[in-house]
Amino acid sequence: MPKTFTPKVITANHLLQGDVIYQTETGWTRTLSQAEVLTDEAHADLRLIEASQQTSEVVGVYLADVDVLNGTPKPAHFREDFRARGPSNYAHGKQEELTNV
Amino acid sequence: MYSYTDFDTAFVAERNAQFRAQVERRIDGSLTEDEFKPLRLMNGLYLQLHAYMLRVAIPYGTINSRQMHQLAYIADRWDKGYGHFTTRQNIQFNWPNLRDVPDMLDALAEVQMHAIQTSGNTIRNVTADHFAGAAADEIADPRPVAELIRQWSTDHPEFQFLPRKFKVAVTGSPNDRAVTRAHDIGLRMIERDGRAGFEVIVGGGLGRTPMIGKVLKDFLPQEDLLPYLEAIVSVYNLLGRRDNKYKARIKITVHEHGINDIRARVEERFTLIRAQFTGVDQQMLTAIEADFAAPDFKEKSLAGFEAAYTNDPVFRSWVDTNVIDHRAHGYAIASISLKAHGKTPGDASSEQMRIMADIAQDYAHDELRISHEQNVILPHVHKADLPKVHAALAKAGLATANIGLISDIIACPGMDYCALATARSIPIAQEIATRFDALKLEHDIGPLKIKISGCINACGHHHVGHIGILGLDRAGVESYQITLGGDGTEDAAIGERAGPGFSAEDILPAIERIVDTYLKVRTEPSETFLQTYQRLGLAPFKAALYPEVQADAA
Repeated sequence: MPKTFTPKVITANHLLQGDVIYQTETGWTRTLSQAEVLTDEAHADLRLIEASQQTSEVVGVYLADVDVLNGTPKPAHFREDFRARGPSNYAHGKQEELTNV
Repeated sequence: MYSYTDFDTAFVAERNAQFRAQVERRIDGSLTEDEFKPLRLMNGLYLQLHAYMLRVAIPYGTINSRQMHQLAYIADRWDKGYGHFTTRQNIQFNWPNLRDVPDMLDALAEVQMHAIQTSGNTIRNVTADHFAGAAADEIADPRPVAELIRQWSTDHPEFQFLPRKFKVAVTGSPNDRAVTRAHDIGLRMIERDGRAGFEVIVGGGLGRTPMIGKVLKDFLPQEDLLPYLEAIVSVYNLLGRRDNKYKARIKITVHEHGINDIRARVEERFTLIRAQFTGVDQQMLTAIEADFAAPDFKEKSLAGFEAAYTNDPVFRSWVDTNVIDHRAHGYAIASISLKAHGKTPGDASSEQMRIMADIAQDYAHDELRISHEQNVILPHVHKADLPKVHAALAKAGLATANIGLISDIIACPGMDYCALATARSIPIAQEIATRFDALKLEHDIGPLKIKISGCINACGHHHVGHIGILGLDRAGVESYQITLGGDGTEDAAIGERAGPGFSAEDILPAIERIVDTYLKVRTEPSETFLQTYQRLGLAPFKAALYPEVQADAA
């Protein structure tokens, strides 16, 4: 039986700053809660191809699993949780700066 | 220490100019990421979890005060005001922007530093004993040889695209502080019948398949070093597997072909190329050796030192734990712990870097060393100056007296930074250090090396930790596996896996149970943890770690 498609977002690192970004319906954001949640596999594949073509803006595009709580995507795995927040030893990264691209 | 020749200066400047152009072409879209990635890696630039990371080589761990000041400047100007010293004597900046990296490299070049070949499938930064040139047990200073290897391996046209990365370490002492048996090539400087030479060890490494290096040649005359190294890497370059990343390191090549087969191939290649090395390399070595002449050691009264040692218990504890004998009369080697309890192992703020640089300039013949254990060393301090050095370090939070103790933990950056990591390392190190500091037990426990890696690649050297901790992802949860009895010295041994892993919450209590068991079963306080483990094996520790299994069996 094929695996059920679970909700995902498209994420990458920004080419210039190197920080974590997420795809929205119209562009990119640095905030996971603003990311476009993909629930249809075919649509997700299409969006991934589109994102992967933006090579002058982003690096390392991939689909990351999310849990959707009250319509807001939350990281499904601890690695994505760290990416969405920053390191645990200093208040650096997203936990200190939450602004749009 | 070594000073760049005009050739070195021009070479680094040209590489930096090339990389600046490569970055511009990446940004304007002329280069794709696939094209750019090997170029940036060649220059030490990674893309990690939250940002780019620039890894800067500190060749054989030797650095002067001007260079340390420049690292502090770079940390403030282009990063977040700190740097992370690594287990291969590098420093990493965790937050640079891509556009700034060419300027950072130019700033490094101003003080004769670079990031060349700190990544990629090339011969990496050559490491050496961090007590080189100072150790009382040393046969010869390994750094001139390490510098010669650096010059030979840098931009070596044959070795820019090896099957996998390649790491070389050199020690000039019988007590191996450079983990030579866990390197692709380990060189131990030895003497035979009055001749200087090397024991050549090959095929050591940690990572997914840990292996202790094997002796390829028990005595290699010094003048044959470069042609012999070239023969080894050349054989590996052709024979090493490029079909499977996990089987590409030379340790697997040696394992699959056998040391005798590799030796025969190396000897054959060596015979073929020996004549190409006309002796220029030895002339260069002689010139390099002059750069590493010992400092002008002074005679000073020890009265002040002795008074401080007798009267100040905090100073005495620091001296007893962090200071060891020097080969020169009246001198000492002082280790500066970058493992303050609860802090990130190996991190130094820019302010701390400046203070260490100033101390080195004022009291330590302008030299500092970075150890693979992520500490900083003042290799040449007169004992008369130790009270002033200690006072200056204490003001900067740099006088933690814990070298070689349970809180002097090696930890890789782990999932707090590293894109390859499967779990975090830093918080585990912080918890263990904080806990044993609170218990005030670490001096009673004595020498105990805990090493933590956040993935199977083993940058935290967990396999050779007396207690090794490996962080893994088990079904979406961080899980920590314990190994016991590892040893990174001349008696190198790979630790034995204790059993199933522990959760992030349970790993600290598990470590406490191991230590409690050791304290109960050691014959006397002078029997170290490693000696106790070697005497009794895994059994008593396993029983303490997994009491439920014992209960089930009963």
